[in-house]
Amino acid sequence: MSLGTLLRRGVIAAGALLLATPVMAQRAPEPIRIGAVLSVTGPASFLGDPEDKTLRLYVNRINQAGGVNGRPLQLIVYDDAGDANRARTFATRLVEDDRVVAMVGGTTTGTTLAMRPVFEDARIPFISLAGGIEIIDPVQPFTFKTPHTDRMACEKIFADIRARGLTRVGMISGTDGFGQSMRGQCVRVAGAAGITIVAEESYGPRDSDMTPQLTRLRNATGIEAVVNPGFGQGPAIVTRGYHQLGIRLPLYQSHGVASREFINLATPAAAEGVRLPAAALLIAEQLPANDPQRQVVLDYKAAFEREFNQPVSTFGGHAYDGLMILVEAMRRANSTDGTRLRDAIRATRGFVGTGGIVNMSATDHMGLDLSAFRMVEIRNGDWVLLGN
Amino acid sequence: MPELLQFLVSGLTVGAVYALVALGFTLIHNASDVVNFAQGEFVMLGGMVTVFAAAAGLALPLAALLAIAVAVLVGLALHRLAIEPARGASAVTLIIITIGASIFLRGVAQIVFDKRFHQLPGFSGNDPIMVLGAAILPQSFWVLGGALLVFAGLFLFLERTLMGKAVLATAANRLAARLVGVDTSCVLALSFGLSAAIGAFAGILITPITLTSFDVGTLLALKGFAAAMLGGMGSPLGAVVGGLLLGLLEALGAGYVSSAYKDAVAFLVILAVLFAMPQGLFGHRGVERV
Repeated sequence: MSLGTLLRRGVIAAGALLLATPVMAQRAPEPIRIGAVLSVTGPASFLGDPEDKTLRLYVNRINQAGGVNGRPLQLIVYDDAGDANRARTFATRLVEDDRVVAMVGGTTTGTTLAMRPVFEDARIPFISLAGGIEIIDPVQPFTFKTPHTDRMACEKIFADIRARGLTRVGMISGTDGFGQSMRGQCVRVAGAAGITIVAEESYGPRDSDMTPQLTRLRNATGIEAVVNPGFGQGPAIVTRGYHQLGIRLPLYQSHGVASREFINLATPAAAEGVRLPAAALLIAEQLPANDPQRQVVLDYKAAFEREFNQPVSTFGGHAYDGLMILVEAMRRANSTDGTRLRDAIRATRGFVGTGGIVNMSATDHMGLDLSAFRMVEIRNGDWVLLGN
Repeated sequence: MPELLQFLVSGLTVGAVYALVALGFTLIHNASDVVNFAQGEFVMLGGMVTVFAAAAGLALPLAALLAIAVAVLVGLALHRLAIEPARGASAVTLIIITIGASIFLRGVAQIVFDKRFHQLPGFSGNDPIMVLGAAILPQSFWVLGGALLVFAGLFLFLERTLMGKAVLATAANRLAARLVGVDTSCVLALSFGLSAAIGAFAGILITPITLTSFDVGTLLALKGFAAAMLGGMGSPLGAVVGGLLLGLLEALGAGYVSSAYKDAVAFLVILAVLFAMPQGLFGHRGVERV
């Protein structure tokens, strides 16, 4: 085929397209493409799976209600299985092949950090669902996140310890990524919170017995409360050992174990009196009637549990928040241009999500304060919201 | 003083489980020179089957029996379907087969059960008993008593029964044993079944203390293997002493040195022992096959 023929055909095709476009536009407006790279399978699947379900559920609901700015949403999800390399490949595909206007995803801090440069270079807004504070600190122009950080969890715990009139704290942390990251943040903010860390112990993420470490903490002088930054089954074994040794000091767990499974594993007897910071979703029914988040978390919980017949998790809630912040920004900006969309996300004020009330700014791409965490105590095998 | 007792009980409890896993390694190694890296999966099966059978409404003793039966069946199938067909292969090949079997079993468990952690109530409740100022879980006594029972039973079996003598004879010299009429293939199958049963038993005893999930076997197999090496691969007594010693080292290391280095303390001691006594504490077979 000669160049001439090719050009001629191209011109004819273009003409035909031009003629056809107005008709097509009337029938079906072009969808707005939103990308998501999530760890639906693999070790972080308990995070990625509810996120995936939440995004699909709410994109469908938004489309049934008429879409955004008169256009339907098209969600493109890739599963990175928790692998940062794959996440980056999928991020590039979203930008170059799928031409998405925004991204809601990035299940873990690792995959988020691997994908961030791709979206920053393409100047496409990226709302991450991962916890690490390094995602938005220092602030990157196009990167946002919805979940609370472990630094906030430390501050919330320390504030509660101070409110009890205590200051001297012992820490027992897991040596896994979550435990070490949170331990580091706790050590960093302890001074400012007026807390002295007088003893520190650690345990391996797969250790089966923590009584030697806990015995050391019990015998350390001057400890008034114990904090356990950790994730998975470790905190449950710590809580059991704590009960076994009959330690009477207040025990604080992290937001990483805020699920019913923790109470079951630790046994209700041992978990009695344990306090931890948790998102409003965990105690949705207990929120007072005038709580601004009450309606949002109850609606999300009902929608998710009806659709999937499984208990709601805070991780799916982060995906809900990310999608809704993006949709509201698209409505306000009435545009899908990357920079305008970014400016609109940054201008989010008073957004009520499952994670808290979001007030973004040019210097804060998360927009949550300590009121987003609720201090809960375990009593009789159930969560009780404390009055603060 | 109370803390020393606390550390000792903690170490002995964990150590008893290591010892049971190490015994499983030893039995199979004696019969075939194979280090069965699927040993940890027997422990996992013991715990997981018991948890799920109990959740399905079975009484705990029945659930435990079922779990041991399942593990024995899996052990025999492992021997029949994976080890037996590769009979002529070298020990290294067989070891790699067991690693494959271990990954396979973990994958199947992930699908058949789930990926979450599970707990089992203590056999005699969860309220600790105070002994000289140390708080001891009743389950610790179950673990120690159960392990003691297995050690004694195994000793009687090996020393007092014809079948046990056949196992010992196979361990001492396989060719000679076959010449005097011992069915070594049958002995190997018996070893697989027996170590599966011991592993599952350990898994059932320890689950109320440590929780269980589809992948608890990996670390236990590693610790059990280290214990077997410390005691001397091939010696049942060595396996028991090695396991208890490893558990004690970890607990005392965490209690008196530093919890960050407790594994390092244990493995340093093992390295030192193996430098001085390459056969382990009780190993006396100067094996040099040509």
